[in-house]
Amino acid sequence: MHDPWTDRLSEYLDDELPPAERAALEEHLASCAHCAAVLADLRRVVQRLASLEDRPPTRDLWPGIEARIAAAGAADEPRVLELPTRAQRAPRRFSFTARQLVAAALALIFLSGGAAWMLRQPAGPRAAAGPVSPDAPVVETSFVGSTWSDYDAAVAELERALELHRDQLDSATIRVVEENLRIIDAAIDEARRALEADPANSYLNGHLVNSIQRKVDLLRNVVTLASAAT
Amino acid sequence: MDRAYQVITGSSDRNAASASLDRADAAAAARGDTRAFERIYARHVARIHSLARRMIGPEDADDATQEVFVRAWTRIASFRGDAAFGTWLHRLAINVLLGRRISLATHRGRFIEADETVAAVPTRPPSTELRMDVETAIERLPSGARQVLVLHDIEGYKHEEIAGMLGISVGTSKSQLHRARMALRAFLDR
Repeated sequence: MHDPWTDRLSEYLDDELPPAERAALEEHLASCAHCAAVLADLRRVVQRLASLEDRPPTRDLWPGIEARIAAAGAADEPRVLELPTRAQRAPRRFSFTARQLVAAALALIFLSGGAAWMLRQPAGPRAAAGPVSPDAPVVETSFVGSTWSDYDAAVAELERALELHRDQLDSATIRVVEENLRIIDAAIDEARRALEADPANSYLNGHLVNSIQRKVDLLRNVVTLASAAT
Repeated sequence: MDRAYQVITGSSDRNAASASLDRADAAAAARGDTRAFERIYARHVARIHSLARRMIGPEDADDATQEVFVRAWTRIASFRGDAAFGTWLHRLAINVLLGRRISLATHRGRFIEADETVAAVPTRPPSTELRMDVETAIERLPSGARQVLVLHDIEGYKHEEIAGMLGISVGTSKSQLHRARMALRAFLDR
């Protein structure tokens, strides 16, 4: 025989019964072993559901997403740098000092080193997604040490070069460059702050390298563009 | 919803860092940076795919997950950073999945009305060989009961919110939830 109180057990468990019904059900539970057992089961079901872990898909879905993004006609190219082509630009008086070119070379060295470092990692950002396993590879701390100062010096030199010659570049170009530098710097700052809290996180380090790489790319392109105009 | 997002944004330093990266990558993705968007995908795909698998079943979960991220790409400029990115993405995913649920229900002849039976899931498996894990048992629930169960017990929505999402009454939502839980109790480890 069906016990009508059984149908109210989930509401009881979720504390959604009016006080009078709740009191009546509690009185019933004291004398009904069946309902008490069902209630205990339901409580375990709810606890079990609350503890379910998320699982990634069994296959990589990103290639399909990337293809659908491209097919949808959405912007699929990084728009961080949209500088005018050489043909669009009038010849300008522009030159770099040897020191500035050395700085550009340093940036390129850094870029190559960063890429090599990333290639040496056993897994990229995708594999490192989600909670980081205690077994996750520890980032080479030396990379975060002396190389950063080399990078900072090179970038600072290129930034000074840009500042010195900013009136020789199109105002539109300057606006694009400055806006994109602001975006990239914000990403770098975010990544560095995050690393202060979790310095061994390989994903964060990879993200920082990516962000810095973008900045070096941007500066390098500007240098190339300006050099070609001289 | 708060409980659901502890998984993503949490209170740990690591998850706070992840939320910080989300903001930076969302800003970059809004400007067309697909690499940034791929990083977002990597951080959230398990969460979104699990939601899809539980809501509409494993056979359609891959395609639905891809649709969620494609939709997110096209709308990411509307993310203002007022809430956690994970919250924004999760809400978008729910909308996509609920939209698909209607077409899937039509396609499969499934309905989510109050009188939907949960008889497809036996109340007691006849032997231990037939025991299955809870995820599989959820997938075998009728769609209406499954969606209410997922939204309430896993995602943390209230019955009033679920009723609005699914176009059912609060009473139906409660009834479906109880039926789903009763069906699942057979699959607990004992």
